[in-house]
Amino acid sequence: MRRYSVLDPTAALTDRLIMDQIGRSSRVIDLGCGDGRLLCRLRDELGCSVQGIELDHREVIEAISKGMPVIQSDLDRGLKEIPEQSFDFAVLSQTLQQVRHPQELLREMLRVAKRAVILVPNYGHWWIRVQILLHGRAPITGSLPYDWYNTPNLHFLSMIDFRELCEQMKFKIVFEIPIIRGRAANQAWAANVRADNALYVLEHA
Amino acid sequence: MASEIAPPDGSNDAQSVGIVQTQFATLFEPPNLLTLESGVKLGPVKVAYETYGELTPEKDNAIFVCHALTGDAHVAGKHSADSRKSGWWDGLVGPGKALDTTKYFVVCANVLGGCQGTTGPSCINPETGQPYGLKFPFITVSDIVDVHVGLVEKLGITRLLAVIGGSLGGMQVLDWVSRYPEMARAAICLATAAKLSAQGIAFNAVGRRAITTDPQFQHGDYYGSDASKYGEVGPRTGLALARMIAHITYLSEASIERKFGRDLQHSDNLAYDLQRETEFKIESYLHYQGKRFIERFDANSYLYLTRAMDYFDLAQRRGSLRDALGQTEARFLITSYHSDWLFPSSQSREIVSALLETHRHVTYLELESVFGHDSFLLEIEQLEELVTPLLRETYRRIRVS
Repeated sequence: MRRYSVLDPTAALTDRLIMDQIGRSSRVIDLGCGDGRLLCRLRDELGCSVQGIELDHREVIEAISKGMPVIQSDLDRGLKEIPEQSFDFAVLSQTLQQVRHPQELLREMLRVAKRAVILVPNYGHWWIRVQILLHGRAPITGSLPYDWYNTPNLHFLSMIDFRELCEQMKFKIVFEIPIIRGRAANQAWAANVRADNALYVLEHA
Repeated sequence: MASEIAPPDGSNDAQSVGIVQTQFATLFEPPNLLTLESGVKLGPVKVAYETYGELTPEKDNAIFVCHALTGDAHVAGKHSADSRKSGWWDGLVGPGKALDTTKYFVVCANVLGGCQGTTGPSCINPETGQPYGLKFPFITVSDIVDVHVGLVEKLGITRLLAVIGGSLGGMQVLDWVSRYPEMARAAICLATAAKLSAQGIAFNAVGRRAITTDPQFQHGDYYGSDASKYGEVGPRTGLALARMIAHITYLSEASIERKFGRDLQHSDNLAYDLQRETEFKIESYLHYQGKRFIERFDANSYLYLTRAMDYFDLAQRRGSLRDALGQTEARFLITSYHSDWLFPSSQSREIVSALLETHRHVTYLELESVFGHDSFLLEIEQLEELVTPLLRETYRRIRVS
């Protein structure tokens, strides 16, 4: 049985949202850069100096084919070879919920960069609540279209949860942008219920 | 060089550069002698090199290949129609290959101090009329690179599209971009390091001791009437032994196990006889490698080049790795190999860190292969899928700008 999925924010829209947080000519590292699409836009449209990290071999080759510098590495093994504060921004898009130790990675991001830009799915979204409530089944969403047994998503968090973690880890949330159907919805009412994703910009408090 | 532990891939004639010839250039003729890192002056220097493909009128498509410890200028193609052996990186260099000779102009030269056509200890010392032997001046990786640079300039090229090399070849690439930061647009460093590890120095020391303690070594003055026939005289046993030891360091435990295991060479049963020198297949293989090596390599060159390798320490020479690598705009491709214990991945990561710290353009992969240090010579397809897009993108970018 196919279950309904909420709209997946298209890649281009989320790229735009992330780019809006990044200043011109910044030095940016994209953790889990995939084929280097975002890096390419950052370089060409914002004149950024960029670096990618990606685990998947095919994606690494795609990124090289776009002329992007990329290091093949597993985020679960940390960012050891990346020197402290060597970037202005560290970007992590749709990946925090997939790493084994999210706290470690957040700490590493703010070690290597001044600011961390993080895009995470919001499991507080009403549709997920409805699925659990009505069907009593693990939710499947457009941004997370997997069954419970084959999902790369290891952690389920809501906007409230993420805020709490930042407070606990003494990270300052510079911006919090709820995303509803791929669009930024600043100051949206009941964001934790309505946003399918959320974008955060963090720095050390 | 390559252990040939893996079978060579079936070479396709349409993908070969065909018949090639080694060429010679004379550089650093008096009074413009080469000043070595030690301060000693040397010249003239004869350089053996080969080229493949055509240089564009803009002279923007040249790629320099730096060979490893015992390599030569013969990277690709064959020297004659009936020669059985192709160049040492024939899989990577040729029409439609990673170093595509229909697009790029590829140059490779034998290193200074070598014995495959470039000036080295087996050449005649103009001052004495005798082969240099150990009177040949001490040389370093930087000296080797300076001769490469001299050749490139002689060919009328001011900027290279790329410099590529593995092992000692990779050290040359690193030294090159650190001292001539403007000269290359891409730097490809395979299975290499910014300094030779203590373990590497240790193995080199044993190899050199094997040579110098051979009674035939005679303080390096072992050449007969024809110094180019170094394979027939001198410390043959010592040099073969040096090669056998070094050869083990180029392999991995897994590759030796896979290829030879404990298989016996001549019999199904152990002989219980110490007089039988080669019972196991791996023994026979190493003896064969040693024997073949002395036919083509000069013991004195082996001493000089391993010492050059020992001395290589980019950070120490240039202040720090950041200072050494922070000046160049070259795009780096760095690879290390999981099973390489001679140049472990940690050494490549050190280079990557310095490049990130100085905001350079760096791509790094630790590749899977069972072949140990020799992987960069054997895993051609794996290398090709990285090198091809890197060169294509680097070249495209200079063409549009």
